[in-house]
Amino acid sequence: MVGLLVGAAACAKDDDGGDTTSASSCDSKIAFFGALTGGNAQLGINIRDGAKLAVDEYNKANANCKVTLVEKDSAGDPAQASGLATSVVQDAKILGTVGPAFSGESKVANPILSKEGVVIITPSATNPALSKQGDKTFHRALGNDASQGPGAALYMKNVMKVQKTYVIDDASEYGKGLADQVKTTLAAGVIGSGVVKEQQTDFGTLVQEINKSGADSIFWGGYLREAAPFLKQFREAGGKAKFVAGDGVKDPKFVEGAGATAAEGAILTCPCVPPEKAGGTFAADYKTATGHEASTYSAEAFDAANILLQGIKAGNTTREKLETFVDGYTGEGVTTKFKFQADGDIDPSAVAVWAYTVKGGQIVALERTPTS
Amino acid sequence: MNFQFVLDNLAALTVTGLTQGSIYALVALGYTLVYGVLRLINFAHSEVFMIGTFTTTIIWAALGFGVGAAAPSTLGVLGLILAAVLAAGAASGATALVVERVAYRPLRKRNAPPLIFLISAIGASVALMEAAGAITNRQPRGMPSLVFPKVQFSIFGADVTNLQLGIIFSALLMWVGLDTFINRSRLGRGVRAVAQNPEVAALMGVNKDRVIMLIFILGGAMAGAASVLYDVKVGLTTYSVGFLIGIKAFTAAVLGGIGNLRGALLGGLLLGVVENYGAGVFGNQWMDVVAFLVLVVVLLFRPNGLLGESLGRARA
Repeated sequence: MVGLLVGAAACAKDDDGGDTTSASSCDSKIAFFGALTGGNAQLGINIRDGAKLAVDEYNKANANCKVTLVEKDSAGDPAQASGLATSVVQDAKILGTVGPAFSGESKVANPILSKEGVVIITPSATNPALSKQGDKTFHRALGNDASQGPGAALYMKNVMKVQKTYVIDDASEYGKGLADQVKTTLAAGVIGSGVVKEQQTDFGTLVQEINKSGADSIFWGGYLREAAPFLKQFREAGGKAKFVAGDGVKDPKFVEGAGATAAEGAILTCPCVPPEKAGGTFAADYKTATGHEASTYSAEAFDAANILLQGIKAGNTTREKLETFVDGYTGEGVTTKFKFQADGDIDPSAVAVWAYTVKGGQIVALERTPTS
Repeated sequence: MNFQFVLDNLAALTVTGLTQGSIYALVALGYTLVYGVLRLINFAHSEVFMIGTFTTTIIWAALGFGVGAAAPSTLGVLGLILAAVLAAGAASGATALVVERVAYRPLRKRNAPPLIFLISAIGASVALMEAAGAITNRQPRGMPSLVFPKVQFSIFGADVTNLQLGIIFSALLMWVGLDTFINRSRLGRGVRAVAQNPEVAALMGVNKDRVIMLIFILGGAMAGAASVLYDVKVGLTTYSVGFLIGIKAFTAAVLGGIGNLRGALLGGLLLGVVENYGAGVFGNQWMDVVAFLVLVVVLLFRPNGLLGESLGRARA
């Protein structure tokens, strides 16, 4: 309810400030859809600020034909998503959304938005199932959870030059999907595999097996809650193998839980571009505009908004035309070179998977993983 | 199936199993004490443990051993562990006491049937877990490594570290203390009297309500000590940490004979070792399946658990 009120207020305010004297094609709006309040608001704010920067830059360059950014605060709550999506649909001037930000709310909101043709470009919702829902206007400006698998494996093979990998997954849709792709890419380099259970905290047997196997590296398909105690126990048992995991582990809590000593040197991959490594002057512009450093998903949101804005500038001022434009879009953003597949997922060749490492207790970006 | 692996690493798997089993055993004591006296399964005991894991991280952070802190000296380690055991023991004991006062005592005064107690216990468990989840935003909380394991000696090819030894001996020490208290002290005699026959004990001048308070505090304190060992071993806790440990500890208590302190110890250690072997033979994901199968098989032949149930007669 709060979200609706805030959204409505933002709407009203933006309407008042909008340029009402220009031609009808110059009052287009795009919406931000995500959490600005609640427990996960930080990610939403990062995304809002990235999209806002894109819109502000656009309006400066096109002062005679401005686009309005409408902020729809979902509080990250799937229960509020359908009401909020309906309010987006009902405003005929809103052509597209940057968002919905999270997978849970996307699942609810996407069918509603898609049915009325609102162009969706999410800069952050990475659940692979979202592109399989049949929402024809859905697009994802970054790789999904599953798409980092090949990148992670190629990084292990070509950059880390590992020979014998032990692959572990947690039997979750995310973890197993990731581990399976790593297994496929590494093929003969995999010398053993194991499955851990959700909430498992004692890994005595598994640690023993890995140490006996002579593995020089471990790939972990799963989340930090199990990865942290595992790595701690593995290092404590004298395990030397390099530890590689996906974005489910890329969180300061992982370093905290495993201990900085045990976590040191761990490689974490993520289909997210470190904002400080984004192309152009994005990082500096963002800092100037908002007063703080760009953070997770800011750069993706900037790109998503820019794709919509380029479409609008090219005269695609109906939802239908904008959808056609985005479907056929190819172009370089600050995060990667964009091209969407038929199901809305970004083309596999365009997925920017980055390798991060733990250094002195901090997670720092290393480099983009190889694509072949 | 991989029997060869288990045979080759039997000693190592036994040591890691005993370490985990020690923690199960300490938590199991709380289930057993309450069951022995009240014939009640205190499902909220898993949350009593969870409160202990958080108290430990809070007290460590307050003492300057927060995330990123350097490893303290040996004396510092002992001091931190002692402080944590006292703080977590007190917090867990207090939580257990509050659960008794709020969830059980009002029902006991009204002579509610056992089923009502069970619902109340589950309710208390969920309420505590969700409260902790809300307060911590469901985020895990980590802590720095307190003990850096060094191999102390090898036995049958298994490297035994100071961490493993410390956990096993601490657990044994706590258990010996509790067992002595129940069997040798005046208050302990009261506990056994109420467990054997509440009415006669009351006629003999034993205050039943005080005995019940005592067992909840004792059980809570044991869970608090277990939570410190858990934190040292695992290094990460969440609001839902008690659930699995609680189920395992309850299983351990039943395996050994619920209501029996020695049974809780035996059950805990045995469960830790058996599930480790099971994970070795069938793969890690079958760990819990094996553990519960063993429980069922044992109960088929010894329906009252390995050592039988009875806190009152647990002197033998």
